[in-house]
Formats: sequence, structure tokens, C-alpha cells
Amino acid sequence: MTKLFVGTELAKVIELNHPDSIADHSDAAAIIHPGQIHEVLAFLKQAEDLDFQVLSALTAVDYIEYFEVIYHLLSMRRNTRCVIKARLPGREELTIPSVTDLWRGAELQEREIWDLMGIKFEDHPNMKRILLWEGFPGHPLRKDFIR
Amino acid sequence: MAIKTEPITINMGPQHPSTHGVFRLRVTFDGEVVVDVEPVFGYLHRGTEKLAEERTYVQIVTLTDRLDYTASMSNNLAYVRSVEKLGGIEVPERAQYLRVICAELQRIASHFVSIGFMLQELGAFGTPLMYCFRERERILDLFEMLCGARITLSYMRPGGLIQDAPEDFWPALGILMESMPEYIDDLEGLVTSNEIVLARTRDVGIISPELAVNGSVTGPMLRASGVQWDLRKANPYEVYDRLEFDVPIGYQGDTYDRYLVRVQEMRESVRIIEQCIKQIPGGAIQSEAPFFVRPPVGDVYDAIEAPKGELGFYLVSDGGISPYRCKIRAPSFINLTVLRDMLVGWKLADLVVIFGSTDVVLGEVDR
Repeated sequence: MTKLFVGTELAKVIELNHPDSIADHSDAAAIIHPGQIHEVLAFLKQAEDLDFQVLSALTAVDYIEYFEVIYHLLSMRRNTRCVIKARLPGREELTIPSVTDLWRGAELQEREIWDLMGIKFEDHPNMKRILLWEGFPGHPLRKDFIR
Repeated sequence: MAIKTEPITINMGPQHPSTHGVFRLRVTFDGEVVVDVEPVFGYLHRGTEKLAEERTYVQIVTLTDRLDYTASMSNNLAYVRSVEKLGGIEVPERAQYLRVICAELQRIASHFVSIGFMLQELGAFGTPLMYCFRERERILDLFEMLCGARITLSYMRPGGLIQDAPEDFWPALGILMESMPEYIDDLEGLVTSNEIVLARTRDVGIISPELAVNGSVTGPMLRASGVQWDLRKANPYEVYDRLEFDVPIGYQGDTYDRYLVRVQEMRESVRIIEQCIKQIPGGAIQSEAPFFVRPPVGDVYDAIEAPKGELGFYLVSDGGISPYRCKIRAPSFINLTVLRDMLVGWKLADLVVIFGSTDVVLGEVDR
């Protein structure tokens, strides 16, 4: 069975290597400050005893006061999963570092989040809309989007 | 004196017979050789994730049918499993077995479509595709017995299934499973050692295992590259832990291996279904789940091994009757990440075959 790396324990491991990067944590996930998300994810990928080589899914949720970007990581060798989140307050000019240099699999998913949620990924090689056309007004998966 | 040449950019699609729907490839050629590829899609975008936010948990089942329309059962299964995990809903054992039977039948049907179209794109126009569709038709007949529909099935519900299989389903399933290995042999006799197929697909469009893992590629495409990863083994959902089956893998990661892995997976699916027929217990097919499911506040991600790869649903509940957010991790969509790496350096005719072997369904890519 695939095990879930419990968020609280994951937070402890991250805290040891990247102090002050944890914003919050629960059993389900560890929440990282968006500024440090790239280095923490790089650490999770490269650390020998964690070995999260696969970015299984990448998504975002609009909680009105803030946006949450959610990384579902998978280690095939150890058969474990973990969930990392980052919270972006506000609604305008949202940016977060891209992880395409770590996982190619993020390429299309980050473009999709920009298209539908309006979160820009810095240093993405091709940051443009993917499902909708250039010039489409607004980002439809936001809760305040009106047809 | 050298002849002056310049690259030419061609639009393949959105209306093109080899693109399995409305998909556009902006390809830059140097003569006949591909130097750059940019996939353009979204023509079939219906906003499924947004629509899901306005529907109840049960109503969304019908939306999932329309994602990968060659594998509706698998989509249903992935979705209802996420809801059950979110709401803590139990499923009776009989329903679990029936779900596995349906998912494996659907895998066979979906792989038939995939192989048939790949051969069509090789230039084997019509005949092999019709062989594949003949067999698929028999599976669709079984689905019709189960729920009255053939493509958009909506057979599963959170907590079980809509209805039990009718009496005459079981003998029909038994007969089909008995003859299925023969059908697959017929197909393999036509294709597997065919000289033209070998010449056109071997060592063509290779994905290295490192790239496949890094690019989040899943399903037969990942296994063809030699990575042994199948969610049915890694995280046995429903009753897969009680069933015996192998996970076929390829070695080269080329177009031919992707075909071979699919054929072998079909044989394994037959094995799984035969065991299910023997083991299936009697009893209820639906637990006491309420019609308006109200899961507690929280979020959950659950994935199954669909015919195309890891199909996952990420659901966020705010305690209401419809999800706050419903994200679909579509395997065909993410498998397209490595499309450029597969195609650059090959010729126009290979491009069509390589794209065919990725088994992309646009309903799922565009959602």
C-alpha cells in the first residue's frame, strides 16, 4: 500500500534542513512559505531518504482570502506520497517560483493553473494560456469569475 | 554551391484524421524532419472542473463519463473512490468485484481503440481498426446489459453501483472471456511480427525511463520505458490485492514497446476478470450512502490506474452537497509533456505514428 508521509513529520524533517520555511502543518500536509517553496521541493526531491522523484499532481484552490498551490509528490522507490502546500494571500499579481527545472511534469500543469486560476509561475519557459485562448477575460476557476 | 533552405511551419489539425479529435500540432520542419513541435489544445474545453462546483456529488458522475470517453468506467471508478475516501463511505464486497470487472473490461476496450488507431495511422487503413472495434463492440454489449448505455455509462455511484448485473450477464461475460485470448491472438498474428509494423515502430519515438519519471508520465507509456509502476500493485485499491496478475513492462520505450505493453495488459485483464468471476460473492451492491452526500470539511486525493495512466481526483469539501473544488489529474494531459522530446528528429510520417502510440484522448486533455 502507498503510505502517506504524515505532514507533521514531514514538517519536522523540512524544519531541520530549511529553518523557518514552514508556515503551518497538519497530518495531511505541510504548508511552506511561497518564497522558499522551490528550495524545499528541491530538497524533497534530492534527499536520499525522501526521494520524491515524481510530481504526481499540481493544482491550486481559491479560498477567497488566499490561494493555495498544492503539490502531490510521489516516491516510486519507497512507495510513499506527500502533500506540500503554499498559500498566496491577495488576489492580484500572484506569483510563485516554477518547479519546471526540477520536474518536467510541471510544465503543462503550471500553465493550466495560470490559465484557470491566474497564478503566475516565475521562470516557467513558456508561461501562456493553455486551454483558453490569449485574450480571454479573467481566470474561470476563480470563485469571483462571472460568465 | 549549397542550396539555401529554410524551415517551414505547418499546422496539423485541429481537423486532422490522425489527431483523435480536435488537437493541433504546430510543427516546424526542416525538409521532412521535425525540428520543433508545439501542441495546441483546448478546443474541447468544457470547464468540467468549474461545472463540478455547481453540482452534487452524485451528479458529477455523469461529467466524468465525458472525460476519457473511451474509458468511462475507469473515470467513474476514480471519481467515486475519491468521494468515498472523502466521505468515509463503505462499499459492499460484491460491488467492489463488479467494479474491478468493469474497469478491466474497459481497459481491454480502451486498449483496442488505442491499438486500432495506431495501426490506422501506420497506414493500415480500416481493416485492423475494424477488427479491434468488432471486439470492443462485444464489451460495449456487456456494458449495455449492465446499465443500458454503451459509452457514457454512469454505472457507479458513491457507495456502490446503480444496479446489480442481470442474470444473463454472467454467461455472456464467461463466453467473451473464453474467446478473448483468441481474439487477441488474431490481432497479434496480424501485427506483432508484421515486418512493416516492426520497421515503422521499432526504435521510433523513444522515451528514456529518466525522462518518463521526470515528466510525470504514467500508464502504459511509463511501463513501456521499463519502469515497473502500476497503481493496482503499488496501492491495491478495491480487491486487486486478492487477484493475481503481472505488470508487463517494455525495455526500449519505443512505439513498438508501447503497443506490446498494451497487448499484454489486455491478456492480464482477461486473467483478472476470470478470477473475479470465480471469487465474486453475493449480497448488496449499494451501501446505505445518502443521495446527497455531505462529506466533512477537508480535502483528499485518490488515484487509480486507468487505461491511460494515473487518473486522480483531488476533491475539496466545505461540508456542502457539492465539492468546493474538483481537480482532475488527467493522464493523457500530463503524458503530453514529453511529446516534444519524442517527436523532434523524426520525420512527418513517424510523427503521426508516435502521436498515435501515446493514446491521447482529447476529452480528457481539454476537460
